[in-house]
Amino acid sequence: MAKLVTDVVCPFCGTLCDDLEVGVSDDGTKILEVYNACAIGAEKFLHSQAKDRVTRPRMKQEDGSWKEISYDEAVEYTATTLAAARKPLMYGWSSTNCEAQAIGTEIGEMVGAVMDNTATVCHGTTLIAVQDVGVPSCTLGEILNRADRIVFWGCNPAHAHPRHMSRYSIFPRGFFTGKGAKGRKMVVVDPRVTDTAKTADIHLQVEQGRDYELLTALRVAFKGEWLPDTVAGIPKKTIYEVADIMKSGRFGIIFFGMGVTQSLSKNHNIDQAICVTRDLNEYTKWNIMPMRGHYNVTGSGEVWGWLHGFPFALDLSRGFARYNPGDTTSNDLLVRDEVDAVFVIGSDPGAHFPNSSVKKIWDLPSICIDPHLTPTTAVCKLHVPVAFVGVETGGCAYRMDNVPIECRKVVDPPEGMLTDLEFLERVTARVRELKGA
Amino acid sequence: MAEYLIKNGFVYDPVLGIKGDRTDVAVKDGKMVETSALSNPAEIDASGMTVMAGAVDIHAHVAGPKVCVGRNFRPEDKLFRATPQAGIKRMEGGFSVPTVLRTGYDYARMGFGFVMEAAMPPLYARHVHEEIRDTPIIDEGALPVFGNNWFVLEYLKNKEIENTASYIAWLMRMTRGYGVKVVNPGGTEAWGWGLNCPTVNDPVPYFDVTPAQIVRGLIEANEYLGLPHCMHVHSNSLGEPGNYTVTLDTLKQAEGIAPRNEFGREQVLHHTHLQFHSYGGESYASKSFESKSKEVAEYVNSQDNITFDLGVVTLDETTTMTADGPFEHHLTELNHLKWVNTDVELETAAGVVPYIYSPKTFIAGAQWAIGIELGLFSKDPMRTFITTDHPNAGPFIRYPRVYKWLMSKAAREDMLDNVLKYGDSVRDRCYIGEIDREITLFELAQMTRAGPAKALGLANMFGSLKPGMEGDVAVYPYNPETSEDPEDIERAFSNARYLIKGGEIVVKDGQVVSNGNKRTFWVDCKVNENPQVERDIAEKFKRYYSVNLANYEVYAHHYVPNPYVIEVDATQ
Repeated sequence: MAKLVTDVVCPFCGTLCDDLEVGVSDDGTKILEVYNACAIGAEKFLHSQAKDRVTRPRMKQEDGSWKEISYDEAVEYTATTLAAARKPLMYGWSSTNCEAQAIGTEIGEMVGAVMDNTATVCHGTTLIAVQDVGVPSCTLGEILNRADRIVFWGCNPAHAHPRHMSRYSIFPRGFFTGKGAKGRKMVVVDPRVTDTAKTADIHLQVEQGRDYELLTALRVAFKGEWLPDTVAGIPKKTIYEVADIMKSGRFGIIFFGMGVTQSLSKNHNIDQAICVTRDLNEYTKWNIMPMRGHYNVTGSGEVWGWLHGFPFALDLSRGFARYNPGDTTSNDLLVRDEVDAVFVIGSDPGAHFPNSSVKKIWDLPSICIDPHLTPTTAVCKLHVPVAFVGVETGGCAYRMDNVPIECRKVVDPPEGMLTDLEFLERVTARVRELKGA
Repeated sequence: MAEYLIKNGFVYDPVLGIKGDRTDVAVKDGKMVETSALSNPAEIDASGMTVMAGAVDIHAHVAGPKVCVGRNFRPEDKLFRATPQAGIKRMEGGFSVPTVLRTGYDYARMGFGFVMEAAMPPLYARHVHEEIRDTPIIDEGALPVFGNNWFVLEYLKNKEIENTASYIAWLMRMTRGYGVKVVNPGGTEAWGWGLNCPTVNDPVPYFDVTPAQIVRGLIEANEYLGLPHCMHVHSNSLGEPGNYTVTLDTLKQAEGIAPRNEFGREQVLHHTHLQFHSYGGESYASKSFESKSKEVAEYVNSQDNITFDLGVVTLDETTTMTADGPFEHHLTELNHLKWVNTDVELETAAGVVPYIYSPKTFIAGAQWAIGIELGLFSKDPMRTFITTDHPNAGPFIRYPRVYKWLMSKAAREDMLDNVLKYGDSVRDRCYIGEIDREITLFELAQMTRAGPAKALGLANMFGSLKPGMEGDVAVYPYNPETSEDPEDIERAFSNARYLIKGGEIVVKDGQVVSNGNKRTFWVDCKVNENPQVERDIAEKFKRYYSVNLANYEVYAHHYVPNPYVIEVDATQ
């Protein structure tokens, strides 16, 4: 008979479900079953049990082979590399807890690093748009309890945030939403017929890259002004109809994803989407929320926000905090050869960055802290495997609506493995010695 | 631990009744002691300087989700305002919403020992505590918001004070909170539908309870529990012309209720940033808008169970942030600047909008005047506290400038004559030109030390240099005998020569030399078992919250690593 750990927080996506139940062997060492999670979340827990998991740091040798080294040696290499670098890039931070992010930032201050998180290739454009026009938003429980109009724009929660619709946005019955999905109108804007689009009341199959036009057309339609016959491939009749649906709701929300943040117009799309939301607040109550990807990318923006005032692209190399996206963002720094060491934690730029950037990481002294084997660990000089946050250690993570939740430890990590936090604490101490701070 | 003898300063201590006498002050093992208790102290020469206890800020927005929004969405607030790392001091940044590092250092440089974060959304309590943890030096607490909480609305509709009290005790424990904050009672819940409750008699949509009932009910629940701090309210219709009647209606809810607590607190209602709530007239135009500070202050003077803080407009470009969601929407409609709003399920909401209080406008000048007037009309400095509702009316680093305005008529006249474009209209529509009063240093010590400490139920720790109190001492380079220029006040109080915090020297020769040993204060209130409230909590979390009940409590060590817990027993 297995033990059941309840109220477990899922460390996969920004939905940060906190109702998982995990069956653990009686001696508390093995995960046997994961309940309530989506397929991806369950796999994250089960994957930690893999027999072939790397449990000790590995250093790449001249001949390309890997040699197992101790954590002490890994700390030494990391600390000396960072301390010797003139301008190291410390990237990632999205799949680890806030405590590790906070102490990592202290290292960044001491060594004069540029700190950047995965928003740089994801919702960084959203963060820029918020700096332009703000963002009227709410927590996910507000959607559950009040929302009768749901728009998914350029995102596909059916696959990327699999429990989003059932927990918060479409199906659940909340305080003022006793009819559940029947009381909600669902609009999906996406050039593809995704599984999310298939469940919508209305699917606006926008022409690829024409989101900006459609958003501005909606703003025109709210005011009942003239529109051309079609905008972005959508007939004007449909646009007026959708505008009416939006205006007539009591409480609405636009969820948006990388279909708008990283397609043509980037942050300008989000500017418009936020202005659509602002306009709607003249008539009724509307909100807008980015569908954040990694489970704690939001947290890294918050930690840097309270320590240094900027949510990503944080440049500490001059001894004070600076921020200039396009200049202090990871890919721009890498392709311009502006950094001389790369430290990656809780992310996989090897898989997400353009090849030209990844080649630069390959050429530089580089460290990757990650429990998994990834394309990034393959290109870095040092791979430091650590305990899984949310499975083998706790810590704070921020949901896509900025709500912080304490992750739970379910099982112990394999013997002798360090957590992110423990490893970084040791690096901090060594860097402090080296810098004489 | 170290011993310090601060010698020959001009000491001001309202609790000991010392009014500028030249005397010595002693600190040992983190506490104030008699000078005779020292054996081998380090001596600090304070001759020609002013010595006071560490200051106490009763209301500032310095930590938490909306503050962090303010930082992250205003890169312009940090432009040219960074200070590099130096010694043990970490990098600082930001102006109206400084980073937590600058927040701690700036307060220390101004001689503060304790700051109360004014509004903590319970669901975001972890975020508030993480920021408090990373703020160096100063002790802090945080007030969870209750005025739009569904539990409270439902209990108070049925006049269930005991249930309300049980729920408050539970939520304070879950969130590691300090007291009961109320922001736009009922109005913020109405904002869930884009509506508001502009007066105390407008029922909250669906919940059918009025702001007046909420305020009175929460005062009663607060006194039922006997908490260290009283109910702390930001009333309805903040910032609206003519709102002083709503303010008076709110204040009247405290009539007939006596304080009941073991902390020496004598009031039952604290009204915050009263400046924003003392407006007459029908519009912001100089033909119509007028100050009602006298009317409001007269009412406060006539009651002895109310305290308030000023919320003085400092005429800066700043970042407004409040749990008053509808107000921030109103403000963005007014100034067309960027607007962040976050509605929080079952609990509250918050908004953030940048705002420029330009001395070239009539209205900013009038707002400035009203805040100062309230401080000058008040007859009891022990019930009147200096704030700028940081960062709403201005950043907290302007406190010394506010001291200057309160302490010098000449400084005020200079503002009216030379700084404000519509100084004459301000004289005409406000009372400021008629007032000759100048606050004394003794009164300043009451308004920034003894008074707020007492109102927070912390009079046994802060606000005085009496032996046994916390070893918090600020030494300002201000000579009350020789200084004549009002600018000296601002200069001196902006940068203390020394600050001893908890018996450790953190500011020396005006420089921050230690990151201190900050604590987080919270109140653990024991109540009798209450099965109904337990059932209601379980039910609401199961059906309406987006987090599980078991994941709600701020339990892990890394949120509150250095707690100071005040225990209250309300089981009798």
